[in-house]
Amino acid sequence: MPYAGKKSNRLSESALTALPLIFLLGLSTALMVADQRLGYGSLVRQKFSILTEPFWWIASAPMRLFRGGRDEFALRSQLQADNQQRRKDLEIAIARIHQLKAVADENQRLRQLLGGTRGYSLNVQMVSILDIDLDPFRQRLVLDAGSDSGVVVGQALIDSGGVLGQVVEVGKNRSTALLVTDPDHAVPVQVARSGLRTIAYGTGQGDRLVLPNIPQSADVRRGDVLITSGIGGRFPAGFPVGTITGVQPDKLRLFVTADATPAAHLDRGNEVLLISNRAPVIDVGPPAPAARTPPQTPPSQTPPPQTPPSPVGSPTAAPETAAGAAQ
Amino acid sequence: MIRPPTGWLIHGSFALGLIFAVLPLPAVLQSVRPYLLAMLLAYWLMEAPNRVGLGTAFLVGLCADVLTASLLGEQAFRLVVLTYIVQHFRARLRFFPLWQQAVTIGLLLLNDRIISWLIHLFAGSPSHGWLYWLAPVLGVLLWPWLYVLLDLARLRARERS
Repeated sequence: MPYAGKKSNRLSESALTALPLIFLLGLSTALMVADQRLGYGSLVRQKFSILTEPFWWIASAPMRLFRGGRDEFALRSQLQADNQQRRKDLEIAIARIHQLKAVADENQRLRQLLGGTRGYSLNVQMVSILDIDLDPFRQRLVLDAGSDSGVVVGQALIDSGGVLGQVVEVGKNRSTALLVTDPDHAVPVQVARSGLRTIAYGTGQGDRLVLPNIPQSADVRRGDVLITSGIGGRFPAGFPVGTITGVQPDKLRLFVTADATPAAHLDRGNEVLLISNRAPVIDVGPPAPAARTPPQTPPSQTPPPQTPPSPVGSPTAAPETAAGAAQ
Repeated sequence: MIRPPTGWLIHGSFALGLIFAVLPLPAVLQSVRPYLLAMLLAYWLMEAPNRVGLGTAFLVGLCADVLTASLLGEQAFRLVVLTYIVQHFRARLRFFPLWQQAVTIGLLLLNDRIISWLIHLFAGSPSHGWLYWLAPVLGVLLWPWLYVLLDLARLRARERS
């Protein structure tokens, strides 16, 4: 027994006791160096995690006990205060929901009002493109639908990006559409930001529209989004037409000319949407309350077509008014 | 000679020491956490030298290394050094009065801290604040209580057997 402290033979004894010490110190140093250089410590800890887990669990027990106790023995007055606060919050939330409901109703009403004055309903038909004719003077599409499918001259064409053009010729099974970039084409537009109304003309280039004759004081900037204004009745209002890319004074320096890129994907895709707005009639005045539910009372609706100004579209559209507005 | 205490008391105390090593503490107390494992080891080295030795120290140190985030082998190294010193001075240490024993343990813990600091220096770990050197002082204050407590536990265990 080395710890008994025998005085005799001290040298060899201390050497004997030092041997395991040196071995263990060397081993632990080797471990440390290996861990430092190779970083296998995390691997070992992962391997032994099943054994170390209980230690961690027990060590964190006092903290958990403390937290649980605090929850368990919460004061009654505190709970009551909490409850009261919750109740108050709930009442406020309910009041807010009522308010929102009122706003939603109002929104609905305004929307109907707007729909009434604009007089458009979206009825969309998907058609495929048969042929594309792109040269500087003619930018047209040939569509795989004609009068048999109900296509009429003047129908607007859109795709996922925005306004593409309009139908100009209708055959039995084919129809031809003019693209917005055709030099013969013009769209009534509105700057979405400022509300300025103007007209966008095609240029013959597939990626450019031009907006001449803008007053110098007008509020147009680079990056403004153009949407259809709905004026003229050909295009429904609110569809994107393009984005302004540049504004410069024209040759006479009296007006400003703006360039825009079309929003529609003119050179992509092979299917487009045909919008049929059957009722290109602009109602003026308050919307007829019965217009909401015409199917129930058709006879009372039909006799006087209550539109004092003459319809913009074809006169034959007048009998269809009620049906169009209902859609 | 008094029969050495049963194994479960030694193992249980080491397990408690390991748990204490990972006990969540506030950040301020984190660096002054006394090295309870070393103190337990010193106690058993003095009172049960037949059962606890360099090998025990190495194994306990490795366990602590796996359990905590220290460099693998670091605590094993430190505890082996401490064990060797205690084994050498065991005969004298055992018959010191309690306060003198506590001071000696404090010196041992300080030595341990220095070794740890050197290892961290070599490994390139971030240095500790000055609070790091306060832990041995806490160890000194804690030692008498620990000693008395373990003595009582040992007596109780012996009476039962």
